[in-house]
Amino acid sequence: MPSRPQPSFPEHDTQPYWDAVKDGKLTYQVCTDCGAVVFTPRGQCTECGSDHLEVRVSSGTGTVYTYSVIRQNRVPAFAELGAYALAYVDLDEGFRMLTNIVGVADPTKDVKIGQRVKVEFEAQDTGDYPIPVFRPV
Amino acid sequence: MAVNQARNVAIVGLYEWPKRVDPDVSSMQIKARSIKRALDDAGLTWADIDGLYDANDGEGGGGLGLSAYLGIHPRVIDTTSVGGSSYEFQVAHAVRDIAAGRVNVAVLSYGSKAASQRIPIGTGGPRSAGNWQANMENAYGQTLISNYAMVAMRHMHQYGTTSEQLAEIAVTTRAHAMRNPEAVQAMQDLQFMNIREITVTDVMESRVIADPLHLLECCMVSDGGGALILASADVARGTKKKPVWVIGSGEGIEYRRNGSDITVSSAARSGPAAFAEAGVSPSEIDVAMIYDSFTITVAVMLEDLGFCKKGEAGAFVADGRLRWDRPGAPALNTDGGGLSSNHPGMRGLFLLLEAARQMRGESTSQVANPRLALAHGNGGQLGGNHAGGTNILAAD
Repeated sequence: MPSRPQPSFPEHDTQPYWDAVKDGKLTYQVCTDCGAVVFTPRGQCTECGSDHLEVRVSSGTGTVYTYSVIRQNRVPAFAELGAYALAYVDLDEGFRMLTNIVGVADPTKDVKIGQRVKVEFEAQDTGDYPIPVFRPV
Repeated sequence: MAVNQARNVAIVGLYEWPKRVDPDVSSMQIKARSIKRALDDAGLTWADIDGLYDANDGEGGGGLGLSAYLGIHPRVIDTTSVGGSSYEFQVAHAVRDIAAGRVNVAVLSYGSKAASQRIPIGTGGPRSAGNWQANMENAYGQTLISNYAMVAMRHMHQYGTTSEQLAEIAVTTRAHAMRNPEAVQAMQDLQFMNIREITVTDVMESRVIADPLHLLECCMVSDGGGALILASADVARGTKKKPVWVIGSGEGIEYRRNGSDITVSSAARSGPAAFAEAGVSPSEIDVAMIYDSFTITVAVMLEDLGFCKKGEAGAFVADGRLRWDRPGAPALNTDGGGLSSNHPGMRGLFLLLEAARQMRGESTSQVANPRLALAHGNGGQLGGNHAGGTNILAAD
């Protein structure tokens, strides 16, 4: 199993998100005053400044907006991985998420902009939190 | 050129630290010695400094800590720290402060030991843990380069830009570097392979660091630094060299947003503001000093600054069009740029130093009779949170 860096707490903006991840849910926020979709998680609406934000559960499906296959990273958790795909995924509910695309034979050939992907929660060797990553559907 | 163009503030002194690997000095020593030499270049003294602008680099402590190290009491300190664009922002602030009568002689400086200390700027460390951004990023192994690479991938998808087109930018800056003895020495000291002019094929055959960016599309990691002195028109009349006027500035930021087009950078905000203040247009610019952390950075910024239309940078840079001796387009990064001259982490100061040298007639790839130069710094991570500062300079 992988051993990715874990989120670190106390951290007031992202704790609820990661607690939901532990329950197998990918969440985002919607402003109940103006309807804006807010991501990554925070305390204020980025459109109107309201602090009336409601947490919703995403379907977990989206589209690859862009990606890069990283061939060199000196951080120990990633140094020995081989090439891996970093991506922005646009979720169907309208938020953009930094993530990895997994489950492809060769990330340099098998990841494409516009590809449909679905979230999965990757268990980790160390730490309590699985990591949400995406796999082509 | 606009008749009402303000010429209130000028660059009057400059110094670039010549060595790119220099294990025997500290960052603070690079900064302080560069300041003294830049003052000498202007014919000004330590006691003349009344405005100090600092990016909190080195072992510094910002405007306060550097003042203490230098032993001065400036009337204005400004610790604007927005990565590689810090210096373009600081020039904008110095112009504002001088115009307001609060400062007569403004000093900017930079010192870094990134090479000697083996800091892996592009392929290294995550953000410090436990904040709202790090908790959403660190699990995914993003590197600094990968942010720029994701912009390049999207640019290729949207506009059909190719790696061969982006490679032209690295080829052009290497040609300029080979004319700059300090850049050639830098490549020797940093043990570059093949210290010569390079071709598009050389770039394409260098290894991929983060798709689609190749090694030769990535800036070096060097030591370095320097200093820049700006002064009021009154002071500039008595300095040693021809003043180089700052006639326009713009500041912009951009960040990760739902639904945004990441091929558009903060330069789309800072550029138009700077051109409007200067009363000139991109087609009038003779020398374009644009932060070349990676080839894609230059491509995106040529578009966002208005040198060509969005999506057309690939064709715009083709066939060596931006070389120093080609008429009809601005000369790009005539010192050799971050790709082939120096990149100690925050290159923004060097953009201003070379732009000013061009306006004085002191470049190693001197454009014939240039009137206008642009310096555009980028700080942070293109495609993610980043800041862009644009300054437009005019020859005396």
